[in-house]
Amino acid sequence: MSGPVLCLLERDGEGVAAGSLRALGLARSLADAAGGSQLTAVVFGPPGAEHVVGAEPVVADTVPADAAAAGVSDVCVVSGEGLSGYAPLAWARGLEQLIAAEQACAVVAAATDHGSEVIAHLGALTGLPVAANCIAVSPAGADSWQLVRQRWAGSVLEDAVLDAPCALLTVATDALPGDAVAPESGSPAASDGASRPPVRMFGPVLDDADLQVCATESAEQSAGVSLATARVVVGGGRGVGGPEGFAALEELAGLLGGVVGVSRVVTSQGWRPHRQQVGQTGTKISPELYLACGISGAIQHMAGCLTAKHIVAVNTDPDAPIISRAEYAVIGDLNEVIPALVAAIRAAGDS
Amino acid sequence: MDILVCVKRVPMVGGKVVVTADGQEVDTRMSGFTVSPHEECAVEEAVRITERSGGSVTVLTLGPPEAADQVREMLALGAHRGVLLETDGREWGPVATSAAIAWAVGELGPTPFPLILFGNEAADTGGYQVGIRVAHALGRPCVTGIKRLELTGEGLRAGREYRGAQEEFEVAMPAVVSVKEGINLPRYPSLPGRLRAKRAQITVLRPQWQADGLRKVGLRVPASSATRAQVLGQGADAVPELMRVLGEIGVLPSVARPRAGTGGDGAAA
Repeated sequence: MSGPVLCLLERDGEGVAAGSLRALGLARSLADAAGGSQLTAVVFGPPGAEHVVGAEPVVADTVPADAAAAGVSDVCVVSGEGLSGYAPLAWARGLEQLIAAEQACAVVAAATDHGSEVIAHLGALTGLPVAANCIAVSPAGADSWQLVRQRWAGSVLEDAVLDAPCALLTVATDALPGDAVAPESGSPAASDGASRPPVRMFGPVLDDADLQVCATESAEQSAGVSLATARVVVGGGRGVGGPEGFAALEELAGLLGGVVGVSRVVTSQGWRPHRQQVGQTGTKISPELYLACGISGAIQHMAGCLTAKHIVAVNTDPDAPIISRAEYAVIGDLNEVIPALVAAIRAAGDS
Repeated sequence: MDILVCVKRVPMVGGKVVVTADGQEVDTRMSGFTVSPHEECAVEEAVRITERSGGSVTVLTLGPPEAADQVREMLALGAHRGVLLETDGREWGPVATSAAIAWAVGELGPTPFPLILFGNEAADTGGYQVGIRVAHALGRPCVTGIKRLELTGEGLRAGREYRGAQEEFEVAMPAVVSVKEGINLPRYPSLPGRLRAKRAQITVLRPQWQADGLRKVGLRVPASSATRAQVLGQGADAVPELMRVLGEIGVLPSVARPRAGTGGDGAAA
């Protein structure tokens, strides 16, 4: 296992995306455990991307600054015609060629839509197995890896062994704090502070078929608080009773600067649109406060709020599963409690 | 158009998930089975396409003989034909499963299935890869995580949201598409649909198992998922306590934050 660990980085407006930073943390600990392998951060971009500094997209500017802090040995910009946008198969082809050129021992990506898709293509191209949604990985002998991964979107953990000359891994973006692998804070490369890792270029050989599927991105959606990033989410479930019952929750969410999220029952009934669903098949939220009203707390739902800081439940049933997952609970009908809470917040504001 | 939809039988878990004593499976003694939610939407999408423009929907699953129940559930939603890739009950990994599906597509006769639909990921194992591996085995393009699907004659236009922006893909058919819940709202099965499903003949094929490279050692439920909430009170009487907790968490609007040591008179700043 002498070759490098490759870590695919996705960027957002502020540099390396949060999920990719988590992937970098796991990749760093893997590289250390594999006997001090290099950790190469991999980003994709259009031709010449590695020379662009200070312009958008700022591949060679923002990425290395973040990457150095995560203990990255070097940054490899995979660039070429057709790579200005997201092209899942072409990205996987680039990684396949990079694995071969550098004898990489592992490829790690965040378990986002893009990361999961690229790693799955890479598995299909190379014939290698993939371990998705990992939260911990360590070497276990020649061409073997011991790992913990999420099943049921994190409601169940699987201990597994991956037998592969190159481990293809995605990293869960929302592991529970107690389960997570903290990035190795004292790793050698992280300690030299401001010095940025070197940036190099890799030009993959791509054909038209590799670029057949590529994303056209339309303009950003209208601004406003998004469910995924909201600081406060007021949740409504079956107990809300029908579509009209959400007015009070909307009002409360507005007062708290948050948004309304709902359970799967609510979207299956057509009471609210699916984009408001919190859960395994909806949006994963990470608010400071999740106020879950009339929600029983099925694991399908709780998988969507594993990383909520504080959960407060309002429920008529003291034995509902949500009561054993929440920090605080009010036992009662949300149709009494929520209007009273709204009135109290308004009264406090008026006095 | 003839559409193939691949679904997976998974335990129907409610408020709690329990692992069997040997740590190998989710305990299903107290629960039924269902198909993964994304896949139910894939079947609904396929049925809608054939309702609009003709053709047929074939539903395929890989699993033990009992998985025929899930095929029938999907037939009740309007699918036309059912296929069971029968296994001996052990868990098949994504490599073995996708190889079996690609093999079955050839076995199912001359119908080339210009469109093969999957759910984005299985509810239980969450491997995120069977659809993509099948696409590679069949030499087809593939898009995943799709929430909007539109057929355009020779191909299809597919869309999804990613990081708050809309991504659009244009893909030639034959193609493989995996969808996510929210692409549609699946119908409830009709009574005639259920009766038809009950009587339907299901084609059974027996594929070859193969090792995956990812070996399950055991399953466990994360320890941190069993606490018990501190009850703040009953009904509207609990609101003052609730206000105090929201204030401590720091989510009350600044003017509404009770000032410390004022006896909760709600004095505004």
